[in-house]
Amino acid sequence: MDAVYLAFVFVLTIFLGFELIAKVPSTLHTPLMSGSNAISGITLVGAIASLKLGSGFFATLLGVLAVIFATINVVGGYAVTNRMLEMFKKKDDGGAV
Amino acid sequence: MNLFINFSYLVAAVLFIFGLKMLSSPATARRGNLVSACGMLLAVVVTLLASGLAYVWIVLGLVIGSGIGLVAARRVEMTQMPEMVALFNGFGGIASLLLAWGEFHQGHEYTAFLLTVTFLSAFIGGVTFSGSMVAFGKLSERMPSRPLTFAGQHLVNGAILLLAVVSGILFAMTGGYGWFLLTVVLALVFGVTSVIPIGGADMPVVISLLNSYSGLAACAAGFVIHNNILIVAGALVGASGVILTNIMCKAMNRSLANVLFSGFGATSKKS
Repeated sequence: MDAVYLAFVFVLTIFLGFELIAKVPSTLHTPLMSGSNAISGITLVGAIASLKLGSGFFATLLGVLAVIFATINVVGGYAVTNRMLEMFKKKDDGGAV
Repeated sequence: MNLFINFSYLVAAVLFIFGLKMLSSPATARRGNLVSACGMLLAVVVTLLASGLAYVWIVLGLVIGSGIGLVAARRVEMTQMPEMVALFNGFGGIASLLLAWGEFHQGHEYTAFLLTVTFLSAFIGGVTFSGSMVAFGKLSERMPSRPLTFAGQHLVNGAILLLAVVSGILFAMTGGYGWFLLTVVLALVFGVTSVIPIGGADMPVVISLLNSYSGLAACAAGFVIHNNILIVAGALVGASGVILTNIMCKAMNRSLANVLFSGFGATSKKS
């Protein structure tokens, strides 16, 4: 893929990201932070794709470590966000879900 | 197969966007988190379909990581949530650093552009990691939560950042391994020195900013390995993280610069 094309996607997504979050009640600040943190664990996809056969010991070691850390970020991030939001549901949700 | 993978990435990106949108409203937040998690699962599963992957190592990493992540997420007390987010965020940062390092270590033919994004991925990832670890330390009181300041701190931080930029430029020009390692060290040092002067009370804002950084690190990693979904998801987190950080600052009637540079958190706590 062309670098210019990738940059194109990047710039448009930045604008989308800015627009996406406008008004957030302060009770949702931490869950939103945690939820978007889990998305940043997308590095996992990159780490998996880079772990190719026959890439040598050190590169494989770095790749495995990257997979481990990114997986902790993804799995832990979503699980923790879910736990936080579960609290909300008990407190003030009148069956909206 | 590549077309299928890329199309699935597009679907995953859409799920991330809807997930984030839903997360910012109380009525839909929980579903939003699930939607975004489905997007992640889809992205990971289709990535596994690519040929020539070292499955043994991948599965090993996935199992270890999921185990640690689940146990940590289950055990943590509700009051410790922000520090847990800081810890997870730091792990995301170091993953981007390791990914960039692993790719660089394999010694492909590198253009100046590729070297620049490799530098950015490693540097931002490193800052995210050590900065998040300091934030974690301060919140969990493994470290003193008051601002640790010393004379000329801003000058020292400025100098480290300048050195990092110089090392990045030299790395992009020469592709030398030494410059890469120097970048990693400077990133780790800068993460620590830029977060220690901020008081424990301001840590949520710092974590939000570091979360934005970890998105940008993932995004830079996406440029390194030419992967659209990393670029899109990373840029989404990077940009929305900046907005969220700003909203959090406004809720405290402060500016971001005030939070980052004044060592104010502890004083406002004391008074």
